[in-house]
Amino acid sequence: MNWFISAVSSSVGKKIMMALTGLFLCSFLVVHLIGNLQLLNLDLGLSFNTYANFMSHNPVIQTISKGNFIIIIAHALIALFLTRQNAAARPIGYQVNKGSKNSTWSSRNMGLLGTILLVFIAVHLYHFWWAVHYGGSIPSREYLTDHGDLSSYTDLYQAVWFAFSNPYIVAFYVFSMIAMGYHLYHGFASAFQSLGLNHVKYNFFIRAVGFLFYFVIPALYAYIPLKIYFLTCSSSCSH
Amino acid sequence: MAGHMNITLKVWRQKNANTKGKLVSYDAKDVSPDMSFLEMIDEVNEVLIKKGEEAIAFDHDCREGICGMCSMVIDGRPHGPKEGITTCQLHMRSFKDGDTITIEPWRAKGFPVVKDLVVDRSAFDRIIQAGGYISVNTGVTIDANAIAISKQDSDKAFDAATCIGCGACVAACKNASAMLFLSAKVSQLSLLPQGHPERKSRVENMLQQMEDEGFGNCSNTGACSVECPKEISQEHIARLNREFIAAKASSENV
Repeated sequence: MNWFISAVSSSVGKKIMMALTGLFLCSFLVVHLIGNLQLLNLDLGLSFNTYANFMSHNPVIQTISKGNFIIIIAHALIALFLTRQNAAARPIGYQVNKGSKNSTWSSRNMGLLGTILLVFIAVHLYHFWWAVHYGGSIPSREYLTDHGDLSSYTDLYQAVWFAFSNPYIVAFYVFSMIAMGYHLYHGFASAFQSLGLNHVKYNFFIRAVGFLFYFVIPALYAYIPLKIYFLTCSSSCSH
Repeated sequence: MAGHMNITLKVWRQKNANTKGKLVSYDAKDVSPDMSFLEMIDEVNEVLIKKGEEAIAFDHDCREGICGMCSMVIDGRPHGPKEGITTCQLHMRSFKDGDTITIEPWRAKGFPVVKDLVVDRSAFDRIIQAGGYISVNTGVTIDANAIAISKQDSDKAFDAATCIGCGACVAACKNASAMLFLSAKVSQLSLLPQGHPERKSRVENMLQQMEDEGFGNCSNTGACSVECPKEISQEHIARLNREFIAAKASSENV
């Protein structure tokens, strides 16, 4: 066991932990986005609420969701530990430092970007996850199922639409998604480098899939609140 | 003379490892654009000595870009504004008349300042001693090409072997990590059959030594490769990571 602990706690081991937890969170982004895009269906929330109800009641999904929380916390804690160690490695800094000449802004500000994302996750969970599970303030809506009977689901769809009629909330979400884009601009490719996957055969795929993660996915996430805001505004602002 | 420049230097002066240092301004007058950066400091020092002041201490040796001694962070970049060179290969034509140039030592816990711009880089020696060698039996000389090595591998090993151990990677890294240096040494030997007997223990021991010396963790910013005078690639850090994972998974060191 000693070798395992020394491997994980080593400099390279901690990088690998950052990479694996980071890539797991990337896979979560894909699943969460597919679900969230149902918010844009103008079906009074049938598809989105059915999905949300399934996600919050399926035991397998609930277990993965708990694991997801642990992984977010682990990713943040290892990062905090690494940041402290790295700060200690340079007790006296430079008076003049031109980091911008040799590295990307993202790569030098992963801690800042990660902190923004952590705040975002806390606010986001409070808005919706807390409200659904513990808030009790979201009413239910009944839908006619294919079998001809009525199902009652928590109307998260309506709650999200209501939240995104507030321009400050929308701005916060869009800002956070820009931060996520920058975080993944460095983080996605960096994870593969940490795992030792920097090779002429794979680098093209890492860059191509990386583009999906640092641009396409954050853009789609940011599109949801913007689209809802402009849809609700065009109906309510016209009065 | 025509084309000559007047430059203001802000140089880190520190009496010894136990005292606090500070930036001190000096005028470098009538600097020829054809001078190397080190020659310019030599001339400033000559003026200081004539005035009875203490000369600026800085490391230098071969002055042809192969020894790796000339450690200086010039205007926030190790070895100055150009890429792929050491400080001795930097010329004053890279600066303009009237410029103010800030010169600081390498900054890292693993590289304590000895005096002014001179830092103690013996941490790198100890990392090498932890495994950056191969074992060779004495006896009859073996034929030079007795062991076949592929061209690709020998080229890559040579790319890694161009590391001169200057420490610019540490100086450039925002985490003061020595990962590029370490990876160059590990890569060079693990790519060649001669390095195989110690392959697994080498990467384990050398990484451990790097951590013990107080260098930081790599976060893949890539700054080291940009500032490396020998332009050693990030590919070697990826190889080090692979070597480490494989060694930890399969070595007999439990």
